[in-house]
Amino acid sequence: MPPAATACQGHNLPDKVAVPQRGILYNTGYYASRPRVPDPIDITILSRRTFLASAAAAAALHPYFARAEDAGPHALAPSQKFKDDYERLVGSATPIEGKVTVDLPETAENGNFVPMTIAADSPMTDADYIKAIHILSTENPHAHVATFFLTPVNAVARVQTRIRLAKTQNVVVLAEQSDGRMLISTTLVKVTIGGCGI
Amino acid sequence: MAANPRIKLPDTAKPGEVIEIKTLVTHVMETGNRRDKTGKPIPRNIIHTFVAKFEGKEVFRAELGPGISANPYIAFCMRVPGPGAFEVAWTDDQGVTTTATAPLKLV
Repeated sequence: MPPAATACQGHNLPDKVAVPQRGILYNTGYYASRPRVPDPIDITILSRRTFLASAAAAAALHPYFARAEDAGPHALAPSQKFKDDYERLVGSATPIEGKVTVDLPETAENGNFVPMTIAADSPMTDADYIKAIHILSTENPHAHVATFFLTPVNAVARVQTRIRLAKTQNVVVLAEQSDGRMLISTTLVKVTIGGCGI
Repeated sequence: MAANPRIKLPDTAKPGEVIEIKTLVTHVMETGNRRDKTGKPIPRNIIHTFVAKFEGKEVFRAELGPGISANPYIAFCMRVPGPGAFEVAWTDDQGVTTTATAPLKLV
């Protein structure tokens, strides 16, 4: 995020504006503690052109206008609980991306009820299989959503369930192979109405 | 306490075929983070363990947290080893274990 503070003030007001002197009543007692409303003269100085320029600058730079999709999947701040759980599961290893497919809605209208399907690319033989699938949420009050334990009997590393999401966040799925290596998939889900009291 | 456990299997299956087992149970999955009208915290009551067995042998297990929706739905796959029946058990924080069995019909 570029520094927005200085650029937002780009409405080209002259240094000194002729503000009428306020009467003594306004500088004492009740009125002294009130925030000063700009006098009408301040507003009339803003021409249409400078107003539009400043509004565009504010829209482009103010954090309020920053949208989640502009920030990318890793820009949302994960909770400390997520970091602890992730650290506990993955440790210092680097998980492999691209071998786990997670099917989640792009936008979940109801955060109490978000269907998800997880499929890991694995032969599921005795020598090479997925032994566990962990679901972690980056911003739920409890980061650990569920863990599924699989065996070669399952033949296909595919699991379906329904989860709760408190707000717009990334859902991280970790699949643990029988050789100890981790597969990872991160999915951003936009939540319209958060799961209540998760 | 869990109620109305359901197991959905394919109508028929062949030995060696990979089938999907769908399970559903009615349970509040109370997270423990909510408060009642008087402000008292509602104690946590979730199904924390799900175990599926086929002919007495464990084939699938899940540890669930408060982030699983109410009335937990879990589906998984299995290669049919032969004739038998599924036994599925859900255990919640009150120590109640709800079980269901479903026979698998082979062609």
